[in-house]
Amino acid sequence: MFNETVLKEIKQISGKYPTTRAALLPALYVAQREFGHLGADAYEAVSDVLGVPKAIARGVGTFYAMYKHKPMGRHIVQLCTNVSCMILGAEKLSDFLKNKYGLEPGGITPDGRFSLVIMECIGACGTAPAMLVNDDFYENLTEKYIEEILEKYK
Amino acid sequence: MEKVLLKNMENPNSADINEYKKIGGYKNIPKAFEFQPKEIIEEVKLSGLRGRGGAGFPVAMKWTFASAYPNFPKYLLCNADEGEPGTFKDRPILEKNPHLLIEGMVISGYAIGAEYGYIYLRGEYPHAKDVLNKAIAQAYDNGLLGDNIFNKGVRFHLTVHQGAGAYICGEETALIESLEGDKGQPRIKPPFPVNVGAFSKPTVVNNVETLSNVPYIIEVGSEAYSKIGSQECPGPKLYCVSGHVEKPGVYELPMGTVLRDIIYMHCGGIKGGKRLKAVIPGGATTPILPAEKIDCPMDFVNMPKHGSMLGSGAIIVMDESVCLVKVCYRILKFLEHESCGKCTPCREGTGWLRSILGRIENGEGAEGDIDLLLSVSGNMAGKTFCPLGDGAASVTQNFIKHFRNEFEEHIKRAKCVMRNE
Repeated sequence: MFNETVLKEIKQISGKYPTTRAALLPALYVAQREFGHLGADAYEAVSDVLGVPKAIARGVGTFYAMYKHKPMGRHIVQLCTNVSCMILGAEKLSDFLKNKYGLEPGGITPDGRFSLVIMECIGACGTAPAMLVNDDFYENLTEKYIEEILEKYK
Repeated sequence: MEKVLLKNMENPNSADINEYKKIGGYKNIPKAFEFQPKEIIEEVKLSGLRGRGGAGFPVAMKWTFASAYPNFPKYLLCNADEGEPGTFKDRPILEKNPHLLIEGMVISGYAIGAEYGYIYLRGEYPHAKDVLNKAIAQAYDNGLLGDNIFNKGVRFHLTVHQGAGAYICGEETALIESLEGDKGQPRIKPPFPVNVGAFSKPTVVNNVETLSNVPYIIEVGSEAYSKIGSQECPGPKLYCVSGHVEKPGVYELPMGTVLRDIIYMHCGGIKGGKRLKAVIPGGATTPILPAEKIDCPMDFVNMPKHGSMLGSGAIIVMDESVCLVKVCYRILKFLEHESCGKCTPCREGTGWLRSILGRIENGEGAEGDIDLLLSVSGNMAGKTFCPLGDGAASVTQNFIKHFRNEFEEHIKRAKCVMRNE
């Protein structure tokens, strides 16, 4: 269940659409923020507040890559490896994250500090290779630069 | 050329409404309101504006259909889901010039008779979401959005709808499904969104760059606008260049600028003085062009004559060090991941192509694999629900068409011939 403040927030969101159902994607984002990832309890909460069957909510949630279905690290490293980033060395950076931090794609560090997600183009091709850490863009990446960036996230 | 879409970019506060007003922003809304909606559509028709998302569909035609269809309310959706690998042209507008887009949407909404707009923003642009929300709030505060804009009785409400990481939602009917709270799976057409779109109402879906052209058309008039760039599809165009060039980035140039000039004149040529091998001119799923075939005007009409497509204007430049089997494999891996699963040729075909390309790249390709790739892609082309599957087939066919030798060498020598080992 969501608390009162969150319920109000979702109500306010759904007021921007002609149907309650249209608030499903934003509500799933809210649930992800509240629960950390989308598990059974999160889907139940969303289903309750919007009146959307749980099976539908889960079906929609699992379609989209940015909804997480397992516990994530405190900070999510989202590295792009699509063409523009790949030809400028993104795969080496992925290896670097694995060797230096033990971060495998889809994995989490043992201390729960970082998760790594391999992204499909984050629209930073002109400054490739690039990644997002949580909501922050980092571009023209090198191994050294990645070390500096990750220092900032405790 | 005067900057239309990327104006004021050097101003660090360009996203603020007052900065936008200082350079003449929002003055085209009252000007547009002096005309009948039909007259605005006519003006856009005369301007020759075509959709900048990739398909190049005449904008005024969509508007006319939606405006004429007798069902209310109508919706205007802005497609800000730029997910085509290599594309980052809308990001500067979204992050630094949000009021240009809002102004364009208010005018376009008025022309169509749409009272509600949504900006479908890709989930991977969190910063743009904050900027847009702030800009929309400012626009409401200034009476530029709401129930009675400029006291002219014009109503337009605007909301940002955040996508959640699905390339397919750039396809307009999948985008509508996603807006409605469903999986982003394309709908069968007809009915077309202009008749039965979002929430079963007449809906126009236009790209960010497209809508951002509208205020300028109102400002200078269709005649002046249509003198910019190519005659067949005029206007300014954002080209986003990535890969092995000295100066990658987003360039606003007249539509129809020659690809070679973009790479060598504007972007400073190939990085480190290396030799150019190939260019993907319009985003990852447009047909690849070998180095010797880049003397083509980059517009919707001329690119097909030169064997490719303008697409989103996302130019990926690759030098001699790049393994094209690997690039082809990477694009198919992407498309397999992004296939929505609705239709069989795409769902199964993308996986098979990725798998065969993967084994060729890994030195495990078998004789006959190239023909197998062509057979699988031949069974996908024209047989899928939406352009994603067609794109997968076309990518494979065009890489083989121009670089068959490289595929054959991989198979013959049972290894990636481009890898330095």
